[in-house]
Amino acid sequence: MWESFGFEFINFYFIPGLVLGCIYALGAIGITLTFGILRFANFSHGEIMMTSSYLTWEFIMIFTSLGILAHPLIGAIPASICAILLALFVDRFFYKPFRNAPTIMIVIASFGMMLIIRSMVQVIWGPNQLTFVKGIAKPNAYIRDLTASFDFMLLIPNKHFSILIGTVLIMLLFNYLLSSTKIGKGMRAVSDNPDLAKVSGIDVENIIKATWIVGGFCAAAAGVFLAMDTQFIESTMGFRMLLPMFAAAILGGIGRPFGAVAGGLIIGLAEELSAYPWLGDGPVISPGYKSGVAFSIMVLMLIIKPSGLFKGKVF
Amino acid sequence: MDIILGYFLYGMSLLTVGGIYALLALGLNVQWGFAGLFNAGIAGFAAIGAYTYAILTTAESKFHYGGLELPLLVGDVMAMVLAGVIAGVIGLICIRLRADYLAIATIGIAEIIKLVLKNESDITNGPRGINKIPRTWEHFSEERFYSSFPLNVINSSDSWQMFFESIARWWWQPFFAGTIILIVLFTYVLLEKLRTSPWGRMMTAIRENEMAAAAAGKDVTRRRIEAFILGALIMGLAGAFLGQHLRLIEPTQTFDPSKMTFLVWVMLIAGGSGNNKGAILGAFLIWFIWSSSELVTNGMIEILASIFDSVDISILKNRAGFIRMLFIGLLLQIILQRFPKGILPEKRPAVSGKI
Amino acid sequence: MLQNRILAVENLVAGYGETEILHDINIEVAGHEIVSIIGPNGAGKSTVMKSILGILNINRGNIFLESKQITGVKPSDVVKLGVGYVPQTDNVFVSLTVQENLEMGAWTLRSGLENKFDEMYTLFPDLSDKRFQAAGQLSGGQRQMVAMAKALMLDAKILLLDEPTAGLSPKFRHEIFSTIQRINKSGMPILMVEQNAKQALQISHRGYVLVDGSNRHTGTGTGLSSDPEVARMFLGSRGSV
Repeated sequence: MWESFGFEFINFYFIPGLVLGCIYALGAIGITLTFGILRFANFSHGEIMMTSSYLTWEFIMIFTSLGILAHPLIGAIPASICAILLALFVDRFFYKPFRNAPTIMIVIASFGMMLIIRSMVQVIWGPNQLTFVKGIAKPNAYIRDLTASFDFMLLIPNKHFSILIGTVLIMLLFNYLLSSTKIGKGMRAVSDNPDLAKVSGIDVENIIKATWIVGGFCAAAAGVFLAMDTQFIESTMGFRMLLPMFAAAILGGIGRPFGAVAGGLIIGLAEELSAYPWLGDGPVISPGYKSGVAFSIMVLMLIIKPSGLFKGKVF
Repeated sequence: MDIILGYFLYGMSLLTVGGIYALLALGLNVQWGFAGLFNAGIAGFAAIGAYTYAILTTAESKFHYGGLELPLLVGDVMAMVLAGVIAGVIGLICIRLRADYLAIATIGIAEIIKLVLKNESDITNGPRGINKIPRTWEHFSEERFYSSFPLNVINSSDSWQMFFESIARWWWQPFFAGTIILIVLFTYVLLEKLRTSPWGRMMTAIRENEMAAAAAGKDVTRRRIEAFILGALIMGLAGAFLGQHLRLIEPTQTFDPSKMTFLVWVMLIAGGSGNNKGAILGAFLIWFIWSSSELVTNGMIEILASIFDSVDISILKNRAGFIRMLFIGLLLQIILQRFPKGILPEKRPAVSGKI
Repeated sequence: MLQNRILAVENLVAGYGETEILHDINIEVAGHEIVSIIGPNGAGKSTVMKSILGILNINRGNIFLESKQITGVKPSDVVKLGVGYVPQTDNVFVSLTVQENLEMGAWTLRSGLENKFDEMYTLFPDLSDKRFQAAGQLSGGQRQMVAMAKALMLDAKILLLDEPTAGLSPKFRHEIFSTIQRINKSGMPILMVEQNAKQALQISHRGYVLVDGSNRHTGTGTGLSSDPEVARMFLGSRGSV
């Protein structure tokens, strides 16, 4: 059974799907938080992700030039701080002026920011792909040998291992923030009912800042994880992630951060598993259409249940 | 003389592409300005138009099916129809939801369209794209057209060939530009009639106060889908003409989802959303700025290079396009914040007591 | 002017955008008082509340909290200055637990949160064993209590209730009114807008009758409910209460 079916399925479809799902989940957290708290679909979120991976690349270069061999996750620390500052800067100068305007103004502004941020990255780093991590990722030998001794051989490259563990850690941190800190509870409150939040004396502007910090951090993590996974970075990677992230947020229910996580995992798995030869020899869905899977799930959800799996908001 | 001709032809091409963008902006104005529907997939609808036209009208090709050699007018009409049908389907699914969802869904549709164009290479020739798309007017100088109806009734193929060889090669340019301008004007007149018609007033009422309009017994969803389809029809037509202008279309660069869609949005908002004149004015103005910004940025890079001669300008030159995009993006933000109503603000049709 | 005045609305003119709803409103609340604002639908009762809170634009007139002008102060600051407000609908965070709701009410409170919790669970004993339940799962009456407790978390000087019994069954209505009296007895002045004019006036020290955005009658609770004209207009046609 393991030889004929499980080995291939788990190692070449399920685990990559899970990894992709983690990346979508982290990205979707930011989307669903801004959608829930600021009530708008933030089109520039993918660009924050993309910028973080470029910044990480830049920091690795700087470290290397200083003679320090840095792991991407080390470069990601200063990069995520920059990403958070970028998110706060964009909010202050491009979104805040529209706080009391019809929400669609802010959607248009975020649509514009999408292009502005991407153009800036293209001006600074050029339009071509950059290699993020060199070489072929080999499966972790220890896990391979250990699992092989149980006739259950798992081939997990270290990069996937870091991404999975990293995502779990961020989720735990995020859960602690939302359920046990005042600012996290405030975020849930504003997302629940912004008008009531105002007349309850909650400082909504501070909550909004916290939202950008959390969303920016998760986006930075997602961007770096994606770069670690694909081992290259390019200026359109954020835009490519945008649709699956929106799909994940809608699938999980808008304003439901853990719904977004579930949605992200489902979408990531669905995309990878769509290439599995379920029927006959070829993949069920031609690989060229893989990125259409997220969209189809989203459209299906909008038709049958716009509030998502976990009773989110519908505007 | 050559210089004057050069300027003349440059002007013609500005008018041509400006006119095509004006059509796209008018289409968006129906959706956004009239009905408040956010379409972030304009490039997708233009791509449908262009590909439909191309597949129906081009000569047979050994690379892909299609190349049906149908009359150009059939191509134009079908370009509109197909864009409209797809708009109708999207409309049925997500027009009930708030504008953000429609924005997300339309971005998705544009992506799916791109995927289909890239992958169904039997029909679309995939990433290599479709070449030799017949241009209105210019096509008469191709043998396939002058040897068939209606030109073959007037004269023989040989004398047509001699005629087209005897006149300037650019003879069709003013005609092509003129045709597009005429279509823009025709669309404008039509939309103005529509705007002040009961349908247009109802759209305004729905946009202003959806609940009141619904309470007054108006089928809000249906009206909005109608507006969405009408806008898409215009975009499909614009796409057909863009295909003609370019002659070679391919899925990614030609219909860069962010660039084209974004430019049209800047045009409409700069000109004044809700105002058809504004849409046209904005389209030509922004297209002019966009085109001339190429000269400006290149000039600035040259100046920079002459000041700091240590700077390698080749890198900057390669990236000049992105500087322009950055500039247009900032322009949008400034317009949004300072002049949200645009150059020509919307004039409300007199809404009488009745909705 | 009343002795020991806590809240005063003087010559208030306000509305939504260009539509003027309140033409010339005067309302006063003294310490330890329950004051009701009653009147037919569309009289502008809730609009008065929203004006005090700073949710609406005020065209003319003044609002004082004790001796401090709060006209045109934004809602979050009005709350911080000591006006507890319970909106008519959607007045709890449904996805937060009862205790989290209370905590949100005490956003600017720096210390003594635990004491405040205890105080509220004593005042609203029903909530005590529901403290870790999501507010959205509670009954209408219990939600109303969460909303009131939330509004009382910051040391409020006055409590504003916008139709506290709207949509509740008679049993719960009775419970809410007695809770309001209990809160008041603890020393909290209350200004409420009520649709159930009869019961509201019974527990009120004084009442204001608004019609078409203007003061029509003013008097003590019992005085107003025995006024034949008030009774005929707003308390049903069966005469005095």
